[in-house]
Amino acid sequence: MHRVYSNKRLIKRHTVTARLAHWGWAISLLFLLGSGLQIFNAHPVLYIGDQSGFGFDNAVLTLGTEGRAFPAWATIPSGMDLATGRIVHFFFAWVLVSALFLWLLGALVSGHLWRNLRPTARDLRSLGTDIRTHARFHFPHRRTYGPLQKLSYGAVLFALFPLIVATGLAMSPGMNAAAPWLPDLLGGRQTARTLHFCVAAALLGFFVLHIVMVVLAGPLNELRAMVTGWYRIDEGE
Amino acid sequence: MCATKINRRAVLRLGGAGVVTATLGGCKAFDRLADPADPLRHYMERANRLTMAAQRGLLDREAMAQEFQWFDIRQPQRPNGVTDPQDLDYLAHVATGFSGYRLSVSGLVKRPQTLSLGDLEAMPTRRQITRHDCVEGWSCIAQWTGVPLSAVLDRAGLLPGANFVLIRCFDTIERSLSGAVKYYETIDMVDAMHPQTILAFGMNGSALPVPNGAPLRLRVERQLGYKMAKYIRAIEVVDSFAGVGGGRGGYWEDRGYAWYAGI
Repeated sequence: MHRVYSNKRLIKRHTVTARLAHWGWAISLLFLLGSGLQIFNAHPVLYIGDQSGFGFDNAVLTLGTEGRAFPAWATIPSGMDLATGRIVHFFFAWVLVSALFLWLLGALVSGHLWRNLRPTARDLRSLGTDIRTHARFHFPHRRTYGPLQKLSYGAVLFALFPLIVATGLAMSPGMNAAAPWLPDLLGGRQTARTLHFCVAAALLGFFVLHIVMVVLAGPLNELRAMVTGWYRIDEGE
Repeated sequence: MCATKINRRAVLRLGGAGVVTATLGGCKAFDRLADPADPLRHYMERANRLTMAAQRGLLDREAMAQEFQWFDIRQPQRPNGVTDPQDLDYLAHVATGFSGYRLSVSGLVKRPQTLSLGDLEAMPTRRQITRHDCVEGWSCIAQWTGVPLSAVLDRAGLLPGANFVLIRCFDTIERSLSGAVKYYETIDMVDAMHPQTILAFGMNGSALPVPNGAPLRLRVERQLGYKMAKYIRAIEVVDSFAGVGGGRGGYWEDRGYAWYAGI
């Protein structure tokens, strides 16, 4: 299929696997956050170590000792319902991981990973300029990702996503028996639970920042690129 | 240029309205999932079967749960759920120090058993310091002493079709219109025959206390706490749990929790 665009500035930005994975992540992230807060509410205390201190104190965060910690609007479902929260959480955990593998496969096969996401020496040299450009709320629509884009997408894909999965699996008693090194590596099951919460917060932070950037950079162009693949670059790019 | 600005503003406004709607009413929109009859919920529940298939298929079925050291026991085992059953038959056993207690082992077995605590203590025992993970999210390390369930099942001899072990308990966990609901739970033979799956009568060096399930409780170390039934009255070996309670294999399972609690 070949479509002729009168505008020469439209380029094919995202492959179909990247777009599918992106929306898979977007939907699953929202459901995982809502159901995750639901699960957290069942015992709204975070600890360091293997176990939870009841006879001693190893708590690092305690929210809402009476009633519920996170309010109804933030949880899925809205009422206190751990069983349903777990069903939703584990369903979308599979969606997130499937989307991650789909994306990785597509990015490796197409060369996207090496070509567009790998930060080059030039990227690192122009990092300062890129930060100043962003600080001035100027968002150039380039043919390739800028240094900040490469670093932030790289951090989500290769640090936050693997960490959220690893800390999640480190809470599974079945997984712990087969791979005791995983909770050990993460500082114990309760530390893994605390890290899971922190990484989720970091992902929420990325999500908010990402939406702000999309809105500031021109939401129609950005959304079209992530839906159809076609992205309009600046004149002279 | 002006047209773009208005467009952008309109989009921003629309987006803002969308976000507000989503946050105010968004999660209520998914409350249908809390309904046990909801078809979307049923679809999502299939992920639990996928998790079980993945763990059972990819991980070592014989793998042992982590065991800890005596100095890792830093507190009493936190009791949860029913901690002081008021059932009359149970209270009678408490009053006599469980001297008249008999564990019945029946169902698909060659030699049904009636075992006293003395009989169980005379069998080869196992002692393990493990971490108890509650579905709520907390963990607690304690030492458990008991008879491997496999030894009790071997003594009774399994008949063909012996697929699940059904644990029936003394404690009434819920009073509904249809009567008192006593705790019940099932596990399959992969966990029933696992060396760390024990019928525990001792905890942290002394007899199992009432809040933790005296005189006998189950330990299934590779699953969450709700699988580890307390106040065990009887064991039945069954081919299916379809006819037990709500048919999902346990008290909490019948209230929406997954039968496989390895995650």
